[in-house]
Amino acid sequence: MVSILGIDPLLVGDVLWTPLLIVLLKVLVIFVVGLLATMLNVWFLRKVIAGMQNRVGPNKTGPFGLLQTLADGIKLFFKEDLIPERADNFVFRLAPYLTFVPAFLAFAIVPLGGDFTGGNDGTVTWFGEVTRVQLADPPVGVLFAVAISSIAVYGIMLAGWASGSKYPLLGSVRASAQMVSYEAALGMSLATVVLVAGTLSTSGIVANQTTIGTWHLVTTGIIPFVIFLIASTAEMNLPPFDLVEAEQELVGGYNTEYSSIRFGLFFLGEFMNPITMSLLLSTLFFGGPNPIAFGDTVINIPLIPGALEGTVWVMLKMFAFLYLFVWFRATFPRLRYDQLMDLGWKVLIPASLGWFMLLAAQRVGDVAGWDPVITTVVAAIVLLVSYSLLQLALRTSRLEREREGAMF
Amino acid sequence: MGYLGGLLVTVRQHGRRNRVTTEYSGGRVWRKKRNDKKDQKIEKPERLHGRHVLNRYEDGMEKCIGCELCAGVCPARCIYVRGKDNDPMNPTSPGERFGFVYEINYLRCIHCDLCVEACPTEAITETKLFEFSFTNRRDAIYTKSELLVGEDGMPQHMPWEDWREGEDLNTSGWMRATAPSGDVDFRGIVSWSGELGYGTRAPEPGQDGE
Repeated sequence: MVSILGIDPLLVGDVLWTPLLIVLLKVLVIFVVGLLATMLNVWFLRKVIAGMQNRVGPNKTGPFGLLQTLADGIKLFFKEDLIPERADNFVFRLAPYLTFVPAFLAFAIVPLGGDFTGGNDGTVTWFGEVTRVQLADPPVGVLFAVAISSIAVYGIMLAGWASGSKYPLLGSVRASAQMVSYEAALGMSLATVVLVAGTLSTSGIVANQTTIGTWHLVTTGIIPFVIFLIASTAEMNLPPFDLVEAEQELVGGYNTEYSSIRFGLFFLGEFMNPITMSLLLSTLFFGGPNPIAFGDTVINIPLIPGALEGTVWVMLKMFAFLYLFVWFRATFPRLRYDQLMDLGWKVLIPASLGWFMLLAAQRVGDVAGWDPVITTVVAAIVLLVSYSLLQLALRTSRLEREREGAMF
Repeated sequence: MGYLGGLLVTVRQHGRRNRVTTEYSGGRVWRKKRNDKKDQKIEKPERLHGRHVLNRYEDGMEKCIGCELCAGVCPARCIYVRGKDNDPMNPTSPGERFGFVYEINYLRCIHCDLCVEACPTEAITETKLFEFSFTNRRDAIYTKSELLVGEDGMPQHMPWEDWREGEDLNTSGWMRATAPSGDVDFRGIVSWSGELGYGTRAPEPGQDGE
């Protein structure tokens, strides 16, 4: 019983009305904030990308064009809802929810505030109850995030399959291959974080990185972060990995046959994902709600009380990553399909696996009392040899293919 | 560092300095007679092809002689011309005939300027105006009364068109050297004329350039 309800200190012991109401309130706030953030994310994306393309961007609807997304949403809702004749009716209706719901679910486990500094454990007291500024803090938090993000693949895959149309099918086939292969690199780089943090719960991971020196970005050695960033961009089908909806090749990709509110749900899920992924990135590698601190000197935002300051920091870090994703979108041309697969299987997965082994070797060495320098050097040599073997294998197979007359 | 260079290129574009889009409302603000500083058109390129005008000579005579060359050359078949013999007592154009009916259907016109090149008398030229829209098909057909310039040689301003101060001084530049009736200065040279303008112009030299 405790293990299930242990997701929040609220629910340990007798369940009373106040904790229940607090949880309901949190759910409501998460939902509303999620929707609003998505709306603003679309606006933010359009503004920033317009800036990068020497344009103005939306600026007519509401102040600074903030209501443009709302207007688009309202327009979408009043469009004709069309289900193609050859579509699989049930799956066609189900698919949008399979993309839209996971995007929200991942939001639930991210710490959105709280004070983890100075020995505090990040809990806050609301209405006399001790709780966390996150909807749930399950002991398997990170696994939950990975599981949820792979469910989103089903939404896209089934959407294309159920449309009964060729291009959406092609788009969804690409999507499933791409997302499955990048999921591995994503999970492996996440595993290094878990290895360093020693916990799967997101609040535990945040509590582990109170200063810049203990940020997992530093303690895992930047490579897992880079891999995670690239793999998450691919996982969300953002450019330059947006082969799933490559307009030039596949009309609209998996959602070609969708219209009206169903398309709206896809749209929502698609723009919700960067937000949740940015939050996850800041939680895993950049200390989430923790303020930026060099050793003992902490940069505090003045005038904002403890727990709220954490929220402000989360938002700032989230915006940095959202900007980064838009920046990628504006800069990089789309990869070809084989380049995408090459990057995933021949670079990211071996690199993340190797780095994981290196860190694991260091841990084992710590426990066994080996000399850390020798451990690292030996591990690095082993990795180098494995890498050369991998390259040799790749080269041999390429030569083999060329001998048989393949193009690449 | 190719990737970082690319990232730098995009991030440097931020800011008003590099912006090419102007806040032009498409005439909506202007039509409400509101003076909005932001609602400015940008300078149009010299050779932009806009809506046509039918020109007059300085004495008020129409230049169109009803030869139908423009209609014949039009690739979109959007021009309809019918010529008629001039009344000898009260001629409309200096020639034998004049354009009696002259219609251009702007739903079809592709603004290729071939009619302007074909015209032997420079009767039809194009302005730089493209800010005109209509709500039904009948309005898309400009008749002679709308196309013909006024007594002062300036194009008429239709109520649905977005003419700004000074805009009617410019016409579109056009290909001269290919037209046998073209400017003698351009004979044998393929190039573009500058602004043609409206109203009185200095007489051009004859075909031999004297």
